[in-house]
Amino acid sequence: MILPDPGPWGAVFVILAMMLATYLCRISGVIMMGFIPLTPRVRRGLAALPGSIVVATVLPLIERLGFAAALALIAAIGSMVLKRSELLALVVGMATVSAARALGF
Amino acid sequence: MTASPEPTSEPARPLLTMQGVRLGVRRVSVLLPGIVVFAVAFGAAAAAKGLSLLETVLMSALVYAGVAQLVAMELWRPEWSWGAIAGLAVVTATVNARMVLQGASLQPWFAPYPKALNAAHLFLFTDASWLIGARYHGEGGRDLGVIIGAGIVLWVVWVATTIPGYLLGALVADPRQYGIDLVMPIFFAAMIVPLWRGKRAAVPWVVAGLVALVTAKLIDGYAFIIVGSLAGALTGAFSDDPA
Repeated sequence: MILPDPGPWGAVFVILAMMLATYLCRISGVIMMGFIPLTPRVRRGLAALPGSIVVATVLPLIERLGFAAALALIAAIGSMVLKRSELLALVVGMATVSAARALGF
Repeated sequence: MTASPEPTSEPARPLLTMQGVRLGVRRVSVLLPGIVVFAVAFGAAAAAKGLSLLETVLMSALVYAGVAQLVAMELWRPEWSWGAIAGLAVVTATVNARMVLQGASLQPWFAPYPKALNAAHLFLFTDASWLIGARYHGEGGRDLGVIIGAGIVLWVVWVATTIPGYLLGALVADPRQYGIDLVMPIFFAAMIVPLWRGKRAAVPWVVAGLVALVTAKLIDGYAFIIVGSLAGALTGAFSDDPA
């Protein structure tokens, strides 16, 4: 089967394809867990999952983004421990990374 | 050990109230400045890559996944073949694969609700909804309105602020200089604090982090999130409670 070239509609098809791929990611975890019985072991795994996602996302990004990013995230966590405000953590983190990058780190 | 509440405490009737929606709006409001900065950065990148305003808004409204959209701008081209479209769809799926695990982690909460409702609100599911939802659910909250309220507000703000980003384009020529690439990492890192349940519960996180670091070295792209998170979940599943 030969499809006609996407031509001027290429960008729209890209957007639709990205939408579909993203939506499948959004629903598939929820659907899959519907088939897995919630044994105590699965429950413990799920309990460990949120923190694991956070750490597994952030650590390699720090490594990729560099020293300024590491400083910024440490500053943001510190501010969160002290004040428990996501907004303040963001301000502190962004200020730290801008300053560190401006200084050439 | 103070584990998160057992799912046996799930209410018999699934909860969905306007109070919950309002709470979700309140919880998401502190994340909005970061989201706005991110949306402006995406709009600017899209303008620079030659997308029309309509295409840019369409992408924000339908794909609605910041990191994937920025990656797509890196890979954007003026002409598209079907192969290139499929390729970008695969890249999008790998960038967003973390959502599979995020969704799985909240499934015990979502399960009692009608499938159509879950299918609808999951269209609006993002990192931010997951951060808010995981924290709220971890505190014992069970009102789905929180996820829905947060998701709707975030979507409207994301789509709306893409437009000034597109129009102002050149003004944010180098978003990296302002630390925009750090918005999501900062929110994720800050999330560690409310998720903290003591050193013992953090052992799986350490495993997740180390495995993710190694995976990032070995495999390009974003596979490290999935591999690391699964390693953490498995560690949690097979470390027995001192009962």
